[in-house]
Amino acid sequence: MKKYDVIVIGSGHNGLTSAAFLAKAGLDVLVVEKNEYIGGATVSRNLHEDWKYSNCSYVCSLFRPEIYRHLNLAKHGLQVVTYNGGFTLTDSGDYLGSYRDHEVMRREIKRHSPIDVDAYDRYYTDMAKWCRFIRPMLLRTPPDPTSFKFRDLDELRWLARKFYDLGPRDLHDFMRFFTVSVGDFMDQYFESDLIKAHKAGSAVVGTNLGPYSPGTAYVLLHHYMGDVDGAVGAWGFARGGMGAVSGALAGAVREFGGEIRTNAGVDQIMVKNGKVTGVRLQSGEEIFADRVVSNVDAKKTFLDMMDPKDAGEKVIKAAKRYKSRGSSGKLNIALSGVPTFTALPKGSELIKGDFHIVDNMEAYERAYDEWKEGMWSTSPYLDILIPTLTDPTMAPPGKHFMSVFVQYCPAKVKGQDWNDDLLKQFGDSVINNIAKYSPDIKDLIEHVEVRSGAVIDREIGLTEGNIFQGELSLNQLMFNRPFPGYAQYRGPVNGMYMSGSSNHPGGGVMGAPGANSAREILIDMNISTTVPEDEGDD
Amino acid sequence: MTDRMNNTYDAIIVGGGHNGLVCGAYLAKAGKKVIVLEANKHVGGGAVTSELSYGKKISSCAHFLNQLNQKVAKDMDLAAHGLKLAASDLSTIALAADGNHMHLSRNDVSGGGVSSDDAEKYKKFMSLMHEYASTLGFLIDIPPIDIFNLDWDDKVAAMKLGWKLRFGLGAEKMSEFLRLISMNIRDVLDDEFDNELLKGALSFDAVLGTHTGPYSPGNFLNFLYRIAAGNNGAVDVPVGGMGAVTSAMKNSSIASGAEIRTDAPVQKINVEKCAVTGVTLQNGEVLNAAIVISNVNLKTTVLELVSTKHFEADFVKRTTEIRMRGAAAKLHIALGDLPEFAGLEQSDLKNRLVIAPNQQEVERAFNHAKYGETSERPMMEISIPSLVDGSLAENGHVLSAIVQYAPYNLKGGWTDAAKAAFLETCINRIGEYAPDIRKHIEHAEIITPKDMEDQFGLVGGNWHHGELTLDQMLMLRPVPEASRYALPLDGMYICGAGAHPGGGIMGAAGRNAAQAILKGEAS
Amino acid sequence: MTFELKPDHWRSAVKYSPFYNKIKEHDYLNKWHRWAEYTTADMLEDATVEYFAIRNSASIFDITPMSKYCIKGPDALDFMNRMLPRDMTKIKVGRVAYTVWCDDEGMVIDDGTVFRIKEDEYLLCAQERQMEVLRRNAIGFDVEYSEVTDDIAAISFQGPCTCKILKNMNLKDIETMKMFDVRFFDFPGGEIMISRTGYTGDLGYEIWVNNDQAEPLWDALFIAGKDYAMRPIGGDALQIARIEAGLIAAKVDFSPANETVRPGHAKSPYELDLGWLVKLDKGAVFNGRRALIKEQKNGSRYRFVRLDVEGNKPAENAYLFDKENGKNIGYVSSAAWAPTAKKNIALGFVDMPYGEVGDTVWAEIYYKKELKWNRRWAKCTVMDGPAWNPPRKTLTPPADF
Repeated sequence: MKKYDVIVIGSGHNGLTSAAFLAKAGLDVLVVEKNEYIGGATVSRNLHEDWKYSNCSYVCSLFRPEIYRHLNLAKHGLQVVTYNGGFTLTDSGDYLGSYRDHEVMRREIKRHSPIDVDAYDRYYTDMAKWCRFIRPMLLRTPPDPTSFKFRDLDELRWLARKFYDLGPRDLHDFMRFFTVSVGDFMDQYFESDLIKAHKAGSAVVGTNLGPYSPGTAYVLLHHYMGDVDGAVGAWGFARGGMGAVSGALAGAVREFGGEIRTNAGVDQIMVKNGKVTGVRLQSGEEIFADRVVSNVDAKKTFLDMMDPKDAGEKVIKAAKRYKSRGSSGKLNIALSGVPTFTALPKGSELIKGDFHIVDNMEAYERAYDEWKEGMWSTSPYLDILIPTLTDPTMAPPGKHFMSVFVQYCPAKVKGQDWNDDLLKQFGDSVINNIAKYSPDIKDLIEHVEVRSGAVIDREIGLTEGNIFQGELSLNQLMFNRPFPGYAQYRGPVNGMYMSGSSNHPGGGVMGAPGANSAREILIDMNISTTVPEDEGDD
Repeated sequence: MTDRMNNTYDAIIVGGGHNGLVCGAYLAKAGKKVIVLEANKHVGGGAVTSELSYGKKISSCAHFLNQLNQKVAKDMDLAAHGLKLAASDLSTIALAADGNHMHLSRNDVSGGGVSSDDAEKYKKFMSLMHEYASTLGFLIDIPPIDIFNLDWDDKVAAMKLGWKLRFGLGAEKMSEFLRLISMNIRDVLDDEFDNELLKGALSFDAVLGTHTGPYSPGNFLNFLYRIAAGNNGAVDVPVGGMGAVTSAMKNSSIASGAEIRTDAPVQKINVEKCAVTGVTLQNGEVLNAAIVISNVNLKTTVLELVSTKHFEADFVKRTTEIRMRGAAAKLHIALGDLPEFAGLEQSDLKNRLVIAPNQQEVERAFNHAKYGETSERPMMEISIPSLVDGSLAENGHVLSAIVQYAPYNLKGGWTDAAKAAFLETCINRIGEYAPDIRKHIEHAEIITPKDMEDQFGLVGGNWHHGELTLDQMLMLRPVPEASRYALPLDGMYICGAGAHPGGGIMGAAGRNAAQAILKGEAS
Repeated sequence: MTFELKPDHWRSAVKYSPFYNKIKEHDYLNKWHRWAEYTTADMLEDATVEYFAIRNSASIFDITPMSKYCIKGPDALDFMNRMLPRDMTKIKVGRVAYTVWCDDEGMVIDDGTVFRIKEDEYLLCAQERQMEVLRRNAIGFDVEYSEVTDDIAAISFQGPCTCKILKNMNLKDIETMKMFDVRFFDFPGGEIMISRTGYTGDLGYEIWVNNDQAEPLWDALFIAGKDYAMRPIGGDALQIARIEAGLIAAKVDFSPANETVRPGHAKSPYELDLGWLVKLDKGAVFNGRRALIKEQKNGSRYRFVRLDVEGNKPAENAYLFDKENGKNIGYVSSAAWAPTAKKNIALGFVDMPYGEVGDTVWAEIYYKKELKWNRRWAKCTVMDGPAWNPPRKTLTPPADF
């Protein structure tokens, strides 16, 4: 009977990343995937005629360039194409554009709020500081603050040094930044509500928080610290959709001799004498391995895939307390043409970027209040992209695909489970919101796929559809992610590991948790590591 | 010449609130010639007792004594200077709409449909909270650690902190603490308990006096703070209202040799050659001192009393960023007779009555405050102090309640009509539990956050001179450059609630400030 | 010429100075780049030829793109005195102050000139944008501040013949202007402002006019200067002149503190050899005061050095060492061949306590000859002041040539 060195449960990008590095180190690796396709939330799918969709995650920036290179993903077909700009539509029929060119950006700020004109530079500098500070932590394993092991103490020392090196002003500013709400953070720079809303958008994406909830400024950074080809804060499309990322990673896994099995949902992680022995599939088949890596979120891993006796009472309790509330939804729309946004002047290139609706902070906060009451927001924050304007591979010529990310959308509607009728109501409400700014969009729609958190949960296993595999709140970061004592990618039994975004440094198509988990496994096995270190920027 | 001598002090304290009095007492005790200047006719700031109507008196701002720093009480011997408790360690009664109220004491909970499971958990939870509080409580009594200029005391404190966290609490509780510290109260309570009324009442403790709702991250720490600061969470009522506390402080300060002047509003703090030289009163009189200590919030101190030109720009900018939004109003009612609270005995009424039926409702009440509206269904902490202290009302009773949420920046402003409307809302809200209250009301008034600013100098109506949130705590409080009580201006200090450890009738900020000043002089 | 900001302003990302068409008449190369929003010429014909107009006759350089701010109000003096480390009470109406300004940590945000136009009105002129800096500085002061970059056209008129040419324009008593004087003169279309200031270390003036006076001013100068070999120049020539004169440039020699991300990368005035601007004892608080007092006590981290570099290889971007193949002690931030001083010079920074006047440091220079990179060690001597500092810079009244 075949016995693998490692089985990875779930072929999301982190699972594949982990598997690829392990296979690269010479291990016999098997990835098992419950769906018939790989990729988890990093997929391109054909859901309507000749349209190819990134039907979950839809843009790329956080993915660690070190992983890209060390796994040679370019060879396996991954191309990340940066896009330019973006805008926020205003209720008054105008727009605030984002431009890469500093002078044009400055002018655009000036157009809306002359007093804020140079505040943008200050804001940008400060964000760059925090990016520079946080990025080297992504490909590192968080230390356990209660531990006396040399490695933990050494890592704590490294962290302390890093903090100390900031100097008094930056350290204090960082502490303030880390704990403040994005609304209050924006108040420190800007007077214009529009500019605040424009900048603050991504700070609550995927959280159960509003823009005035403390801790959201950090989430902003989480969306900001990525880069495309060294342009920090820039975002890009994976050519061919996000499936290109998982496709390339799968290519790397196979190149190094790993196997991937689809239609192989795991029923339970098998444990004997406190040691992992393999997994039992839902089909009843048992596959054996000395090590099992779960790329599934912490709730499902510990509550659904483990015998509570194996996991232990403490872990079960912590997993129950792990917060992974769904707060977002998504519409994937097939269009027969490019919709007109009346606010945009003819010829504007901005439509190739990401654009937003919600032009003031209060509306944003009110959108959150509705979610707290178990409803989708009547005027939600929308993050809209038309990748087909950049990537010709995703729709028939002349046709387009529009991705609409919706914040907020509850996991249950007023306590009621989602059904087709509710999905339709939700979808219509979103489209009506877009149609306020684009009179022709309804005529162009050929097909709409409406995805609530529940749909995403059912399909790819993210609890409540939380895009980060668990909220990015301060109490679930670093050595608290997913929970204290288990933040070093090791599970409660020997030979068990976690590689998903439930682990440090969290969600987004980053690959870092996967890479970090591989490094930990290789350390435990005393095999020299294949996982790269952060390349730094000094 | 003699005049000038008389006008010269070692230190001048601006503002005769409790922290100013405490600071003055400590400095005077150390042999300093100190004067405390108070703008109002009487000292006390936010801890005062005033006339309500028909000879009835009420604590017009703070109404419970739950955080008085025990070191301060002892050092100043407040008991000897007239502070007596009318009641101590009162329990909390969480009011339920159906009359099945819940009784909460330090370790026990009963009634309100609480399950034995929850009651058991409550015991454990509260004991953990008290353990955290007693582990970290020492941080209240020292200045925040300055890691870039560690002196001997800082090093000791840092090691003490590390030791207490790791060995005092142990690895597991330390980990749990590090997880809890940034959480919102709602998730903490939802993780722990099932009973909605219990969670509602406890969540109210976390949001009391803050501009947060149960869902706002970070306010678990406010919950813990209430326990850690001062009195282990016990709720007391002083004889004669809260004014008695500051009155005792005043007596103690005078006994220590401090001079106290009321009716002496300060117009400005004088600066010459980058150092303070004293103050000018509104009547033009100049008092000299090389040390001026402001008990006024930092924003007002910097922008109005000193003037920004004596500070560097980044410091000023940071000062203006301090958030100090009050969201609580005060309700005062003079009662001809006790109203009947359905489901409560008269003997229960001396306790702390809380209206906070569940977390969702508290959050809903908070929603309004975010947009400059008053809560439609406000939350309350009610005290009927005349039940334990007859001196407040010879006949009849007085009721005092803290009402949340009432924003400082009400849309349309706090007009008489707005006040009257909110007063109605509040009375109706109590009426839900005490239907006959209206017929006993002799007089009722609402003190809005705006009134608190005008009457007690609480700018923004915020009790803490700056919200107690993670980004405004410890070495970040009130701003990093002023966290050790000395401002970046020679001779200028702060001693008020805006400084660490914040507001509430604690006195710790005043004590810490005095010690920082004395230490600075010694070195 | 004021730019109306319409929703489609992005169609043209470049602004044209009111002097643009005039400069274009002299431009044979079309070598321009953007300076702030404006386009500015690097070179019109040949950088060395243009450089010699600065040192030999008279040069015109368009400084309209400089960031310009008007600050006025009852607290204007207090405001300036708090923002700037210089003692601004000493700068009377009609005088200009060269100055730096710092953040609270004593790190330089930018340098520039401050014109005291009236008792309560100043013009601040800087390389970088300062609206945000002014905004935070203005808290609590009764002042108004606004950006006037687009409202004032300006040229820098530099060279030994400039006074003579201005006299030819009948600008009354121009020759009595001392260095850092600013005065107003009659001119068609309203008064124009002239200051005896510049960025070349030579005799020179800066002329400030309304946008619609720009072309008449240009023409008037060329008529008055027709016999003096005057010419417009591009930025490359100016760079040579300012390095020769030992003057620093923002974002070249120092990173503006408010845009510096990496700890330790900003510089204090002392570290830029501008300690003379810092009046710690002026009796008033100014930004960075406490930090700079501390720095005075504890010592600076770096020293700004002006180097005489052996040989003729440009030391651009060179690393500095205490000896050949020794310890890396610093770097060069600007370098040029100084055509008048006839020296190979460099500006740079070394760690304290290296780099005292007369000391030797070593530069590791990489240079390219016919596409092949070479490396050379060059001995450098720390100079006492700039390579070129002629008496005519300050002489009043100036000589005619």
